[in-house]
Amino acid sequence: MMLEILRVSWRSIRSNKMRSFLTMLGIIIGVMAVVLSSAIGVSSRDSVTSRVESLGSNILTIGPGFAQSGGINHGFGSASTLTVANATAIEKDDPDVALTAPLASDNAQVVFGANNTSAAIEGTNQNYATIKNITMAQGGFLTAADVTHSANVAVLGSQIEQTLFSGYAGSPVGQQIDIQGIPFTVIGVAATQDSTGFENPNDGIAIPVTTEQNLLTGSTTVSQILASAKSSAVMDDAQLEITSTLRVLHQLAPSAANDFQITNQATILSALSGISQTLTYLLDGISAISLLVGGIGIMNIMLVSVTERTREIGIRKAIGARKGIISTQFLLESLTLSLAGALIGLIIGGGGAIVVGQISKTGNLLSPTAVILAVVFSVAIGLIFGVYPARKAANLKPIDALRFE
Amino acid sequence: MSAAEGVMPTSRGAGVGSNGSAHSRPVLIDIRNLVREYSIGGQTIRALDGVSLQIHHGEFVAIMGPSGSGKSTAMNMIGCLDTPTSGDYILDGYSVAQMSEDDLADLRNQKIGFVFQSFNLLPKTSALENVELPMMYAGVPRRERRRRAEEALVRVGLGERMHNRPNELSGGQQQRVSIARALVNNPALILADEPTGALDSRTTEDILRLFEELHEQGNTIVIVTHEMEVGEHAKRIVHFRDGNVEREEWTDEKAGDAR
Ligand SMILES: Nc1ncnc2c1ncn2[C@@H]1O[C@H](COP(=O)(O)OP(=O)(O)O)[C@@H](O)[C@H]1O
Ligand SMILES: [Mg+2]
Repeated sequence: MMLEILRVSWRSIRSNKMRSFLTMLGIIIGVMAVVLSSAIGVSSRDSVTSRVESLGSNILTIGPGFAQSGGINHGFGSASTLTVANATAIEKDDPDVALTAPLASDNAQVVFGANNTSAAIEGTNQNYATIKNITMAQGGFLTAADVTHSANVAVLGSQIEQTLFSGYAGSPVGQQIDIQGIPFTVIGVAATQDSTGFENPNDGIAIPVTTEQNLLTGSTTVSQILASAKSSAVMDDAQLEITSTLRVLHQLAPSAANDFQITNQATILSALSGISQTLTYLLDGISAISLLVGGIGIMNIMLVSVTERTREIGIRKAIGARKGIISTQFLLESLTLSLAGALIGLIIGGGGAIVVGQISKTGNLLSPTAVILAVVFSVAIGLIFGVYPARKAANLKPIDALRFE
Repeated sequence: MSAAEGVMPTSRGAGVGSNGSAHSRPVLIDIRNLVREYSIGGQTIRALDGVSLQIHHGEFVAIMGPSGSGKSTAMNMIGCLDTPTSGDYILDGYSVAQMSEDDLADLRNQKIGFVFQSFNLLPKTSALENVELPMMYAGVPRRERRRRAEEALVRVGLGERMHNRPNELSGGQQQRVSIARALVNNPALILADEPTGALDSRTTEDILRLFEELHEQGNTIVIVTHEMEVGEHAKRIVHFRDGNVEREEWTDEKAGDAR
C-alpha cells in the first residue's frame, strides 16, 4: 500500500518537472549552503590553526609607537626608541618572558662570485631561531659569541642561498659573501619556512645585531624586539610586564603615551579566526533562511497541488480512501520534494566542498555531520511544511471535493 | 408479473408491486425522514424535505424529477458522500448518520460503486489502474487486484483498451471503465448519477444495456436521471419534486424492452 502511495506521489512530481524543480530550489540552495559553509568553516579554521603553529604561538612583537606631532600620525616606524639593551632587560627582568631577540633591518646588495642580489638583512641574536621556530638545513645559527664579538658571519634564508649559490656545487657553509662590500662568512642555511603572510622568511639574511648596527645601519636603535612568552597562557601578563619595563627604561612620565607598541600574535590570530567564525555563522544563517524559504515554497506548491487535485481527492475518497491515505500521499510528495532537493544540494555542495578542499589543500572537507544535518533538516522541513497541505487535503469533504470545478 | 403501471404508495415493507421478487429480498437502503438543508448567505435551502424511501437488494431503481428537485442531494446521501441534517439512513444494516469519516470511507469502499455523469476517472492513469483503485483501498493483494480488474474490464467490453488512459478513450469507453471500477469490489449497490448525461444516444443505449445486464446478474442499481428514456430501463421509478418523493411507479419489463 505504502509503495503504491509513493508511486502516486512520484508520478505527480514527475508530471510537473519544471514546477517540482523550482519548488526544490530553495532546499537545494539551503543544503548547498550548509555543506559549503561547513567546508569553508573547517578549511579556514585549519589554515588559521596552521598559521598559529608556524608563527610560534607565544610571540609578542614590540615595535616603535605612533610618533605623534600636532595630531598628525606618522604611522609605524617613526622614530624607534628600542635598543638591544631594552631586549636584554626584558628577557632578564620580566618573569613571564622566556626569550627576546632584537631586530635591526636593512636592505643591502649581496654578492657571491658572479651572483648578486638584494636582500633583507636582519640584525638579531641567537634567540631568533628559537623564537621563530627556524630549523637549519646546513651549518648552525648565530651564537651569543657572534653577537658579543660583532662577528662578520651570516645565516642565509633558503631562497637567498639558491640565488647566490646557483651554479656552485659545494656547500655554502664556510664560503665568503659580500654584503654592501663587506666580507661575511656563511655559517648556516635555514631550512625552507612556511610563508606566514606578507613577508617571505626565506628571502632574508640574519647577521649579529651588533655587526648590523656597526657596519650597516650605524644606529643604536633597533626596529623591533621579538619576545616569546613562557606559555600562551601568560601572553597578557608578559605584555603588561614588558610595557612597564619599557616605560621605566624610556623614562616616560605617567601621563605620556607609550613610545612603543606591542602586538600580540595570538590576538591577531584569534581575531582572524573570529572573522572566519563570523563568516561561517553568516553562511549558516543563509542556509537556515533558504531552507526555511524552501520549506515555505514547498508548502505553497503543495497547497496549489491540493487545490488542483481537489477533484482527484474527491474521487479517491468516494471510492474509499481514508483520511490517512490522502494525507500520507501528500506528505510523501512534499517529503520526496525536499529529499530530492537535499540530494541535489548535497551533490552540488559536496562537489563545491571537494573543490574548496583541493584549492586550500585541506583535504576532504565534506563532513558527515554536515551531510546528516542537511538531510535531517530537509526531511524535517518536508514534514513540517507538508503537514498543513496534507491535512487540508485529507479534511476535504468528499462531496465538496467531487463538486469542485 | 402484472403489467400494473400504477402509482404505488411509498409505505415501507409493502410487499406488493410488479417486481415482487425484489421485495421479498432484504432491505438494502432504508431512509427515514431524511432532511438536508444548505445554508447560503444566511438563507436556508431545504434540498431534502423529510424523504422516506426503501430499496431492496436486487432492485433496479431510477430516481427522476425536474432539475433542482433534490435528486443529486438524495444520491449523495445514499452514497454516503454527505451527511443529513436530520433523519436516519440505514445501509445494509449500518446506521450511517453516526459514522466517522473513515468508517464512511470503508463503507463506500465495500458497499457502493459509483458511476458519475463526468466519469470521474483519474487522469494520467490507465483504465486498468483506475479499476484497481477501489481494491487498493480495500487492501486486495496486487496480483489478485490485477486479475479482478482485467476481469471487470472484459465484463464491460473493454478487454482491448485496458492500458489506455482516459484521454485516449471515448466518452462511452470512459463510462465503461467507471462502471468496471464501480462493480469490481462486488458492492451491494451501484449508484449512478446521470450516467448517460454526457453521452450520445447510441452510446447511451449501450451503457443502459450494460446496466440491465448487471441487474440481471443480481446487482442492485440506483440511477439518477431526468430523461424518461433512461428511467424506463429501471423496474421502479421514484419521482422527486421539491425535495421529496412525489410518487413511485413500477414499469413493465415488456414496456422497458419495447423501447
Ligand atoms: N452544495 C449546495 N449548496 C447549496 N445549495 C445546494 C447545493 N447542492 C444543491 N443545492 C440546492 O438544493 C436543491 C436540490 O439540488 P439537487 O439535489 O442538485 O437537485 P437535482 O439534482 O435534482 O437537480 C437545489 O435548489 C439546489 O440549488
Ligand atoms: Mg443533479
